[in-house]
Amino acid sequence: MHILEIEGVSKIYGSVKALQNVNLSVRKGEWLAIMGPSGSGKTTMMNIIGCMDKPSSGAVLLDGVDIAKESGGALTAIRRDKIGLIFQQFHLINYLTALENVMVAQYYHSMPDEEEALKALARVGLAERARHLPGQLSGGEQQRVCIARALINYPALILADEPTGNLDEVNEGVVLDIFRKLHREGSTIIVVTHDPEVAREAERVIVLEHGRVAKEVLNKK
Amino acid sequence: MTMKRETFFLKIVACSLLRRHSKLLTAILAVAAGAAIVSGLTTIYYDIPRQMGREFRSYGANLLFAPAGDRAALTADEAGKAALFLPADAVVGVAAYRYNTIRINEQPFMAAGAALAEVQKTSPYWLVRGGWPRAGQEALIGQEVADITRLVPGSAFTAVFTDRQGKSSEHAFTVSGVLQTGGTEEAFVFMSLPDFENMAGAGGFDIVECSVSLPGADIEKLAARINEEIPGLAARPVRRVTESETVVLTRLQALVYLVTVVVLLLTMISVATTMLAAVAERRREIGLKKALGAPSASIVAEFLSESLLLGGLGGLLGGIFGFLFAQMISANVFGRPLSFPLLLLPFTVAASVLVTGAASALPAKSAARVEPAIVLRGE
Repeated sequence: MHILEIEGVSKIYGSVKALQNVNLSVRKGEWLAIMGPSGSGKTTMMNIIGCMDKPSSGAVLLDGVDIAKESGGALTAIRRDKIGLIFQQFHLINYLTALENVMVAQYYHSMPDEEEALKALARVGLAERARHLPGQLSGGEQQRVCIARALINYPALILADEPTGNLDEVNEGVVLDIFRKLHREGSTIIVVTHDPEVAREAERVIVLEHGRVAKEVLNKK
Repeated sequence: MTMKRETFFLKIVACSLLRRHSKLLTAILAVAAGAAIVSGLTTIYYDIPRQMGREFRSYGANLLFAPAGDRAALTADEAGKAALFLPADAVVGVAAYRYNTIRINEQPFMAAGAALAEVQKTSPYWLVRGGWPRAGQEALIGQEVADITRLVPGSAFTAVFTDRQGKSSEHAFTVSGVLQTGGTEEAFVFMSLPDFENMAGAGGFDIVECSVSLPGADIEKLAARINEEIPGLAARPVRRVTESETVVLTRLQALVYLVTVVVLLLTMISVATTMLAAVAERRREIGLKKALGAPSASIVAEFLSESLLLGGLGGLLGGIFGFLFAQMISANVFGRPLSFPLLLLPFTVAASVLVTGAASALPAKSAARVEPAIVLRGE
């Protein structure tokens, strides 16, 4: 069963064709990596899958709902309920502790629950650092808080934008371990990356070039 | 353990203010400075009539009691009753006068008998060469009288009083001082009431001069009330004084009002600029919150709540500093301390919250327009 189906999606900004007739399906529980050089349309693709932008044409079915037809408010609700976002630059709120950063996602989703947020931090090995502010955490720790925040509302899809782009090798390993674990547990993961090592961890890799899917690779495990 | 959404909302707002204190100091200072000037000026605005009222009292009486209609004089009882209508804390002095003609060296002059201690209070601008009468049979003569009679302080003179039956009596006086006012008083001979009564016998008062530290409009109301309550007595505001006071006060208050409005506008501009800068600085944070699913209304609510808290805090600080500022002005300009107006703090806080809220509406709206996609651009 597919969690995401992209059918003939194009996105045009003025005279720039960021995406051209892209077709892509992602199964529930699949780990997909999207690669491509700068300007290939990766960010546009992320924006559309993450309900932060709408295609100029085509259909994007997320869990059966065509997000291309939804209004801004409905897209916000879909993003809140179905998508967990992980960012290259972590984007933690600097005046909130790790725990509060996780609870913010709960707050916008439903009800803040400290115990559950602590469990999410424990899941990424950060229970001991829950009361620290982002400035007191290393890059790897901040990314793990970001992952805990993305997981807290049990999203149907985890969307990660260069999740290891700002991390050293050790922390990259830690983050990939978490991703492997999430994948084993049945989470659907889409990772946009430049890093072939990260892409190799996914079950399937698509390569975007000039707004089109230029190549698709199935990784053997 | 679940937490109420409202509780967490307050926590986010409080953390944003407390943990980003250095960045918000500018905003708080802007609000506090504006609030200090506004609260200071408001205090002065409301205190000007009181402060200036006292200053104006040095220009003489502002309310007169006279016999109404054809009556020749007021009884002591009527004058006393009317004086009871005057607010005790505003009364500077009440001087009741009796007048009669006397002759000095065959020249006719008007003699006035009054409680001279009260006259000194109601007419503090009188310039006396020599001194005020301190003992019996001493008189204060006007400059015009002195010029005609060539009397000087220390001179003895005889006042001849003729009653209605034409019977004359002679009374010896000593000149205690010569009065200069530039007005009609210079043609009078002033003496104590007992000395006057010793000469003219007991009788009613021709006029009562009151000096009351109240604005012109209040004096008018007071006069109307006394006229209603005491028949036979005519209470009359001295309009030359009260109207001048009103004009000066109105202009002063208008000036303070104008400055207050300008300061409020400047505060609004300053707060709006600071909040717009804060929105620009926090675009990523706003984008992140929207990416996490925050509706625009929630972003607006967070920004406005932060602003309102800032306004409240700045208003509280400003209210306190504003009073100190007003106190300083009052001490330097009027030479008197101010009493702390109880409503000043709540008024200043409410005004600051309103102004900050209004000034933050545009920045909050601009925050709501930040696109969530900003967090995915790896800048």
